[in-house]
Amino acid sequence: MKVGVVVFPGSNCEHDVAEAVTLLGGDPELVWHGDRSLGDVDAVVLPGGFAHGDYLRPGAIARFSPVMGAVVEFANAGGPVVGICNGFQVLTEAGLLPGALQKNRGLKFLCTTVAVRVETTQSALTSRATAGAVLRLPINHFEGNYTCSPDVLAQLRADDQIVLRYLDNPNGSVDDIAGICSAGRNVCGLMPHPERACDTLLGSEDGRPLLKSLLGARLAGDVRLGDGGRLNASPVTTRRPA
Amino acid sequence: MANGRACKGDGVTPFSVLVEVTLRPDVADPQGATIERSLPALGFGEVTGVRVGKAIRFTVEAADETAARTRVEELCRRFLTNPVIEDATITLAPGTLEPGTLGPGTLGPGTLGPGTLGPGA
Repeated sequence: MKVGVVVFPGSNCEHDVAEAVTLLGGDPELVWHGDRSLGDVDAVVLPGGFAHGDYLRPGAIARFSPVMGAVVEFANAGGPVVGICNGFQVLTEAGLLPGALQKNRGLKFLCTTVAVRVETTQSALTSRATAGAVLRLPINHFEGNYTCSPDVLAQLRADDQIVLRYLDNPNGSVDDIAGICSAGRNVCGLMPHPERACDTLLGSEDGRPLLKSLLGARLAGDVRLGDGGRLNASPVTTRRPA
Repeated sequence: MANGRACKGDGVTPFSVLVEVTLRPDVADPQGATIERSLPALGFGEVTGVRVGKAIRFTVEAADETAARTRVEELCRRFLTNPVIEDATITLAPGTLEPGTLGPGTLGPGTLGPGTLGPGA
């Protein structure tokens, strides 16, 4: 299971993600943002950090990095893509996920551990998690306040695209949203950092089911968005043991 | 034209542009709210409706003002704003002006009305 971890200038969580992927039995591969190809990866992570210095808006410039063409193509073909923190911001700017992330309510950079509830197991990020489970995960962000139009929010709710909610909303996100998935359920974004919660030494192992989900997200038969397929259309099985 | 860009010698002229990016009215503005809350303590209690945005100035070369505005609107939609949460107000004037000289205050109403680019525009 090869996981491509995209490195933008200013990314700073790529090694945390690679370490966690290795710990869970995956094979991480760092992909420079200037590359136009993802190679033969089975899944993609856009890690946290400050891609391109967060200039203009977080993710606004990263969206135009050469590698993003390949990421969009991979996502549109049904490939599992997870954006963590800054990676979530990049995915919204790239139009792979709806809505936007703005400055936290209260204008504070938040560096703490929060509790989030798994709202659905029908996504590339939560297929191996338990619905209703409460996970303790670290957050580190200034612009994690998820916002979207009322229409988009209604759509997210109706289609079960809200995958994680804060129990105690730290940043003002609409409807306590901590993470969402795309209509095809293969592209997911979340503000908390599961990769920093994969070892008891770091205070929590609650990130493991999320990253294990990603490692197992490639379906037998490779359900493709273009075929009208969805990740929840068939039982999740791994192509290779994770 | 070369590489899709208008170049000098193609009958194009420079336009000075001011793009003001603001959060859409229905989006909470924590910076504006924080500033407004601090005003009474400074004796400016009569100031209300504070909204914080950013100003971006540049020069664009185009055949005429309409063409320049069309290009700038596209630039705003694709890059300078996130239409989910932000609006852009565009002010244009012919010529290359000193930085800081172009702005709503320097242009009479009706002469070069700022165009507002809303979501989906």
